[in-house]
Amino acid sequence: MDLILEGIKKAFWLLITFDPEVFSITFLSLQVSGSATLISLFFGISVGTTVALTRFRGRRIAVSLINTGMGLPPVVVGLFVTIFLWRNGPLGFFEMLYTPTAMIIAQTVIATPIVMGITLAAMQQLPIKLRLQILALGATRLQMVWILIKEARLPLLAAVMAGFGGVISEVGASIMVGGNIKGYSRVLTTATVMETSRGNFDVAIALGIILLLFAYLINLILTHVQQRERAR
Amino acid sequence: MTNDSLNILEVRNIKIKRAGALLVDIPFLQIERGELLSLIGPNGAGKTTLLLALAGLMKPTTGEISFRGQKIGSDYSIFEYRRNLAMVFQEPLLFNTTVLKNVASGLTIRGMEKKQIRQIVKESLERFGIGHLGERSARTLSGGEAQRTSLARAFAIHPEILFLDEPFAALDPPTREALIEDLQAVLQETHTTTIFATHDRAEALRLSDRIGVMNDGSILQIGAPEEVMNHPMNEFVANFVGVETILRGKVIRRDEGSFVTLVSDHEIEAVGDVKLGESVALCIRPENVTLSTVSRSEALRPQGGASGKGRYDYRVGFPPRLQGGASSRLARETTSARNVFHGRITKITPLGFFQRIQLDCGFLLVAYVTRHSVDELSLGEGKDVNASFKATAIHVVRKREK
Repeated sequence: MDLILEGIKKAFWLLITFDPEVFSITFLSLQVSGSATLISLFFGISVGTTVALTRFRGRRIAVSLINTGMGLPPVVVGLFVTIFLWRNGPLGFFEMLYTPTAMIIAQTVIATPIVMGITLAAMQQLPIKLRLQILALGATRLQMVWILIKEARLPLLAAVMAGFGGVISEVGASIMVGGNIKGYSRVLTTATVMETSRGNFDVAIALGIILLLFAYLINLILTHVQQRERAR
Repeated sequence: MTNDSLNILEVRNIKIKRAGALLVDIPFLQIERGELLSLIGPNGAGKTTLLLALAGLMKPTTGEISFRGQKIGSDYSIFEYRRNLAMVFQEPLLFNTTVLKNVASGLTIRGMEKKQIRQIVKESLERFGIGHLGERSARTLSGGEAQRTSLARAFAIHPEILFLDEPFAALDPPTREALIEDLQAVLQETHTTTIFATHDRAEALRLSDRIGVMNDGSILQIGAPEEVMNHPMNEFVANFVGVETILRGKVIRRDEGSFVTLVSDHEIEAVGDVKLGESVALCIRPENVTLSTVSRSEALRPQGGASGKGRYDYRVGFPPRLQGGASSRLARETTSARNVFHGRITKITPLGFFQRIQLDCGFLLVAYVTRHSVDELSLGEGKDVNASFKATAIHVVRKREK
């Protein structure tokens, strides 16, 4: 028990004093996962919307692939990104392995199917006749897609949160392609793994609290927006 | 431009096929500027599909549609065409925003100036009596309010053609009644050309200049409401426009102008030019059937010139026994109606201002009677009555030879 209590006490001390190392790790986490989420929004929403609104051969397969992708194991993503970025791999000449950029790439690969899958479901949930109604109101196809995205904004917000939540808490891929280099590619999850293995529970607990805080914040924002929309 | 500009829309040979099935087949259809055409028919008749095609929302497999004499798709792009029309569906399909923004959406899409939009939206909201709902979220509206918003959104565009796809079907009767009344007033004011799909013939009768009856993707009959109602061209149309009694039989006697048809052992006199032995369907509108109660004296009064099977069975006494659904044809001494039958009431269904009475006269006969009459004659299920209808009130449909 002492171990835990001591750990929590020290963790709070680290947080309250804005420990520079904890602070820089947190900042990098936000930077990497935030960028990955933004990029995944672009691919996820555009492809998800296209698949939802069009009919083409092999659509079923595409949908099942997207849905499978939503549960992509981060270590598998880490493995393939590592292979691609390996010095004599296909993209080795970029020399990107063990950089934050590599982590952004890996996390984008993880988050994109999540955003895509939720977008697809959200767009399909809208009544089919709504598209006809929008066209009948004189909209161009582009205007129609934009109005549909606006109509699906609540579930799309959930897509953003799920994507971000997925990558900020992910450890496997980050450690594989980022290398957990101190002051350079060390993020909240990789640091927690390392400190725990070293027996530095106080630091690990502090990092864990920050992660939990993020999870809570994400849900707070989501709930707040959803409730506001309902009440209107 | 080959047509006079009276016709705003013209359809030639459109066929719509989906997954091998022919959903719509319209050889020719013209819609006059300012008219209200109703398309009525059962579910699956192709009304919605035709409406979507006419609104440029579904591409016909073959055929062409012209708007103001210009072919849509070649002379005129579908997108440009759509900007001239508005559509209201059965579901209000409102956007998840305020009523105001919903009604403005068609104008926003057209990139109209905010100030101008505000003015038009205000007018449109007031037209449908929902001026006070502007700031409300569309999600919080009742069914009637939502459909009003949808109509206001459609009219805000000032469409040249308005397409209505069963817009009242999901509303409860009082709400529907009020909305139809308001829509009628708006249409009278704006003279918007309207094509209205419905399965409710009463709605169609009320609003239309013309009615088209659809089944299996075709328009079976199109014309003025009275014409379609009074002269249905076949049994299907008759059934659908509300001729409740349709009796089938063979012509057994004919005279100049009138003839007698044998319908399950009963002779019915009607007017028309038919051949002896021909199969015909006799359509009798329920409002043309008169009921009277059977009085003892009438029942016992001897009849002269008795002949013919099925007549005078009433002599078995009063009340006449209806064996096996058999009834009797009664004397017409007190009425000019050529057809008087004895029957028993099997079912009474209230229909608002009047009641629908189903009779067993040996054949099924339906009559509409006011509530007042029901009370006065103390009509009830199981009661025996005389039913009469004039030979001239029967619409005769000759079976077409194939």
